[in-house]
Amino acid sequence: MFPLLVTDHWYDLRDLANLYRVILEGLDHILPTGLVYVITALLGFIAFFVIFVLPSQLYVGVYGERRLIGRMQARQGPNRVGPLGLLQPIADALKLLQKEALTPRSADRTIMWIAPILFVAPAILIFAVIPFGPRMVFADIPVSLMYFLAISSLPVIASFMAGWSSNNKYSLFGAMRIVAMSISYEVPLVLGLLSVAVLSGTMSLQGMVIWQQDIPTWMILIQPIAFAVYFIGVSAELNRTPADIAEAESEIVAGYLTEYSGMRWGLFYGMDIAYALGASAFAATVFFGGWSLFGLEQWIPPWLIFILKTYLFYFLFIWTRATLPRLRIDQLMSFSWKFLLPVALFNLLIVAVERLIWTSNDLPDAIVWAFGGVNIILMVGIVFVWSKVFKYDPKNRPTKPRLVNESGGYRPVDLGEGGSAS
Amino acid sequence: MTGFGVSVAFWVLSVLTLASAGGVMASRNLIHAVLFLIVVFLGVSGFFVLLSADFLAMAQVIIYVGAISVLILFAIVLTPRAERDNSETVMVLPAIFLGISLMAIMLFVLYDANWSVTATEPSLSAAVLGSSLLSVWVLPFELASVLLTAALVGSIMLVRSPSDEEGDLA
Repeated sequence: MFPLLVTDHWYDLRDLANLYRVILEGLDHILPTGLVYVITALLGFIAFFVIFVLPSQLYVGVYGERRLIGRMQARQGPNRVGPLGLLQPIADALKLLQKEALTPRSADRTIMWIAPILFVAPAILIFAVIPFGPRMVFADIPVSLMYFLAISSLPVIASFMAGWSSNNKYSLFGAMRIVAMSISYEVPLVLGLLSVAVLSGTMSLQGMVIWQQDIPTWMILIQPIAFAVYFIGVSAELNRTPADIAEAESEIVAGYLTEYSGMRWGLFYGMDIAYALGASAFAATVFFGGWSLFGLEQWIPPWLIFILKTYLFYFLFIWTRATLPRLRIDQLMSFSWKFLLPVALFNLLIVAVERLIWTSNDLPDAIVWAFGGVNIILMVGIVFVWSKVFKYDPKNRPTKPRLVNESGGYRPVDLGEGGSAS
Repeated sequence: MTGFGVSVAFWVLSVLTLASAGGVMASRNLIHAVLFLIVVFLGVSGFFVLLSADFLAMAQVIIYVGAISVLILFAIVLTPRAERDNSETVMVLPAIFLGISLMAIMLFVLYDANWSVTATEPSLSAAVLGSSLLSVWVLPFELASVLLTAALVGSIMLVRSPSDEEGDLA
């Protein structure tokens, strides 16, 4: 690790941890013992959520996404409220706050009321382990990779609660779809991240950034398969558009959100963006080198580099959302189990062998670049072989669910003699 | 970990876990029972954090909350009339008897165990756990994976339709 030029003065904006420390030390003198822990948690919440996530949600998530998708689809996007439509997200939020939140009479009121709250909490917890700078990480636990996976499995439960408690056919369809999809895509996602952990030899996010800074490289160049698997898996888990079958409005109204209105719906909508931001921040940390930028982090504030990388990854989300059509549920399921899972397993095997070669022969760090080249060639090879030689091809998948096949397939309505349905 | 905050966290987690465990037993609606069960799992993972076993806590959340309870939810939703028909049966008496016996055995084990206290703090990091799983405890570890594979193959065999099996013989 390079020696940091960053000083310990509180006005050194390259490391906001200084300011944080000074505030906490000052408060510790004034306040009674123990209260400073509460202040720490509050300051962490303000720093991560109020200062970073909420404005990003409104301006990158809602406004930027709508404008960019508008540009990509050759239309204007929101441009009426304020200059360039910049006040549009605030107007939307105010409108949502005023709307009535309806609850159907036959719904399970308690669970329907709890579900949005349970959906919000993990979105804030996710940012606790993301390193924004060399010392700017709220909870630097040694298993932060697993912490991320554990926290990101919680919103699925909240979505299921939302869909089930609404007591509506389409809500339940959406809930079942999101549960099935999150189970299917969690497996390749974990395998992809496991190969990253195997190569870097650490499960701490800060450790991964320092590993990438030391080589120096970016993990996306070394392990393109892991990145592709992560990107596809996470966009399915987050219900982003190429895979948003859980709220596919052309099939099942709005999925698990059908019965939600007003700010309760707004919480789900806003927190979806917060989860996408969390996943982008995680990808920026693990695959794009986090706050490091090949030595430039000595002069540019590391947190600024990190936030820009997060937005760069979020742009990928917007891009896929604007260009790709929605997939069917059977296509998504078979893609996960028959394509992503074997590819991720192969990748894990390759990476484990490489790690063994690297550590047992005491090779220099530059060998990682050679691994990267080999991996890129192998990625093309594996994807080509799996799709062409083993004939994994979506056209060969059954287009009808099995139950339909067993009942004799679709039958046209008997039109009778006169040609009209009787 | 010791200190005032840890004691408070312990009692809060205990109350939460035990109350939700009571909720699992008391609720008639199976979905509510599973949701209570999820809270129990989260409480147990909180205990692991208090014991400085970070890895185990995270594994508990990923496996129990993220996978197992979701599978239980699946099973309940796919079972016809699972929400209704949960009336009283005569099996309630043996169940209570069995539960009390199990609790007695566990309390006896707790009472009888020789709780030795060491001065050195044991290392529970993921690296130590991984290397001991693949060196000292490699046989149970492999046996568990064989068991899981057998369960996987068995479940695939169970859901195969007769037409699939005709295709096998050909």
